[in-house]
Amino acid sequence: MSTETLTPEEAEGQKHAQRARRNTSIGWWVITIVVAVWCLFPVASILATSFKTPGELSNGKFLPDNPSTGNYEEILVGDSQELFLSALWNSIGISIIATLIAVVLATLCAYAIARLDFPGKKIVLTVSLMVSMFPVISLVTPLFNLWRSIGLYDTWPGLIIPYLSLTLPIAIWTLAAFFQQIPWELEQAAQVDGATPLQAFRKAIVPLAAPGVFTTAIIAFFIAWNDFVYGISLTSTEAARPVPAALAFFTGASQFESPTGAISAAAIIVTIPVVLLVMLFQKQIVAGLTSGAVKG
Amino acid sequence: MASITLKNIVKKYDDGFPAVNNVSLDIADGEFVILVGPSGCGKSTLLRMIVGLEDITSGELQIDGRRMNEAAPKDRNLAMVFQNYALYPHLTVYENIAFPLRLAKDTNGGGSVDEKVQRAAKMLELTEHLDRKPANLSGGQRQRVAMGRAIVREADAFLFDEPLSNLDAKLRGQMRAEIAQLQRSLGVTSVYVTHDQTEAMTLGDRVAVLKRGILQQVASPRELYEQPVNLFVAGFIGSPSMNFLPATLKEGTGGTVLSTPIGDIPIPADRAAVAQGKDLVLVGVRPEFFEDAALVDDAKMSKGSVFTAELSHLEWLGHEQYGYIEFEPDEKVRRLLSELAADMDADELRPQVVTTLSAESRVRPGRPVDLWVDTSRIHIFDPESGENLTRDAEAGAELTRMAAEERERELAAARERDGQKA
Repeated sequence: MSTETLTPEEAEGQKHAQRARRNTSIGWWVITIVVAVWCLFPVASILATSFKTPGELSNGKFLPDNPSTGNYEEILVGDSQELFLSALWNSIGISIIATLIAVVLATLCAYAIARLDFPGKKIVLTVSLMVSMFPVISLVTPLFNLWRSIGLYDTWPGLIIPYLSLTLPIAIWTLAAFFQQIPWELEQAAQVDGATPLQAFRKAIVPLAAPGVFTTAIIAFFIAWNDFVYGISLTSTEAARPVPAALAFFTGASQFESPTGAISAAAIIVTIPVVLLVMLFQKQIVAGLTSGAVKG
Repeated sequence: MASITLKNIVKKYDDGFPAVNNVSLDIADGEFVILVGPSGCGKSTLLRMIVGLEDITSGELQIDGRRMNEAAPKDRNLAMVFQNYALYPHLTVYENIAFPLRLAKDTNGGGSVDEKVQRAAKMLELTEHLDRKPANLSGGQRQRVAMGRAIVREADAFLFDEPLSNLDAKLRGQMRAEIAQLQRSLGVTSVYVTHDQTEAMTLGDRVAVLKRGILQQVASPRELYEQPVNLFVAGFIGSPSMNFLPATLKEGTGGTVLSTPIGDIPIPADRAAVAQGKDLVLVGVRPEFFEDAALVDDAKMSKGSVFTAELSHLEWLGHEQYGYIEFEPDEKVRRLLSELAADMDADELRPQVVTTLSAESRVRPGRPVDLWVDTSRIHIFDPESGENLTRDAEAGAELTRMAAEERERELAAARERDGQKA
């Protein structure tokens, strides 16, 4: 109805605006597609490779001619089963434990940093940033020697501890930023309402911080899950070797066959939990990353 | 119910700046006391010290005669309404109101949580919103939920920290009335922080005016308005605020006159006496002390005097009109006025006089007009100390005593109503 009253000039102006809007949205689509292809092509390539037979591996084609699940059988029920499944178990266990410890410690630490004014607050933040900037590779050799002499080499704690050094800094930083956005008053209100400081934290702050804690947990989990350097250097047997390291130990059916197919299949399998996690908790992650929602 | 006593309370921050300096205040049981002052005067700090969110550097806080300096907020049994309401966004309205009850589950006396929440919700007309989350409520409703959380606890006192400053003007007026009624019907001791002097004047049994951490005057709104203790209180209370005119005492025809930049104003001998021996005084004249001389009836005329001035402009508002008279002060007075403006957190005080004239007046700007000024009510201030030289302490105390009696009567009436209901 409003269009009837528009003068031709106004109508023209509106068309311009619409066209401009359409152009920007086309632009966004193009960028999105380019980024998606750039990121997903390697994954697609690995997926395709995982269905190839050993003979097809170097035929230069993207898709397998005769898709076979041979590679999956190999790692799940075949020769590499022992290597892969124990590694999968190690990866899951170690990553989850490292994540839990990191999140609990980081929550307490970040809360203190966000709320309290104590001497050395800056130092805690700076040190945790420095730790995460230290090149992992430079730590591995001394750790290897140390772990061997104190008996942590090739054990779960032997990996969990270095993983904490990777996950704690980022967890502390994200959570501190997150806690700072939660209004102080809520806690004070809870205290005036009759809560002890711990109760105020548990009943007023934790529920609000949950999305942030969740996001941090997922990020920490990915870091631990994806680690390769510590995994391969600080383990020697199935007792503690995680999947990324185990992949390097795959052998082909014979000495002359490359294990590329099996590695691809294993890579796809270890990607699945990550994808699932993201899909399941997409909402929480987005809420966590755009946490302005706290304000009433 | 409880009385609150502050004895020489001081709050010093780490940098040594005293945000609150030696404040002593007795708040009687059931009294509604307002802490008012420009921003940064320490009124919120004082409130937060009472509730226990700030430490007290020195001095003593007593609630019902018991020292509370060291008690944790949860042990003081006070309820507070925060400026931004501080509702728990993850809880429904019902749970927000029930929150203090759930925390105190083993100590609350008779009545179930549900019963108390429903009663509070009914009192605040929130019953139909109990299942909603705070984010879906309007400002006024959130404000009510915050009040509900306070009243559900049967706390010893209510503390309000600028509770209405986030609402629009219309809602503010409405909530102001609701808070006043609620306080009276519950008869709970209340301390209310605001920078809005309308709230201070309408809500308070007594108003405590603070300036830079120092208590200036504690009195009933009427006493503050009519018998202010110094320049600051006089200028801060009242809107439009009191006019301050530099003046010198002069013997004129027919008695003493105050020679001011807007003309010579004859004043009664008793007022003149206090200004004797000072070469410069500041005369405080409220806008409504002025009137168009043509409209003043004879009975009133004798209480004041008439002078001639020229209005620079005029604002007609329907029920009254504001006439402005501009004047040129000398350097010393200009500095004094701008200091005062800075203290009051106002913009620069323009060297002009605001007069409130009757809406019927036909005076026009740009022409000399005869204005009548009620000289029996003007105040004379010492420009150096800011002290009010004409303050009648007895008359002021009488006004505050009347307000206290009024409060007693209202509280008794509220108790009687409760008694009938029970």
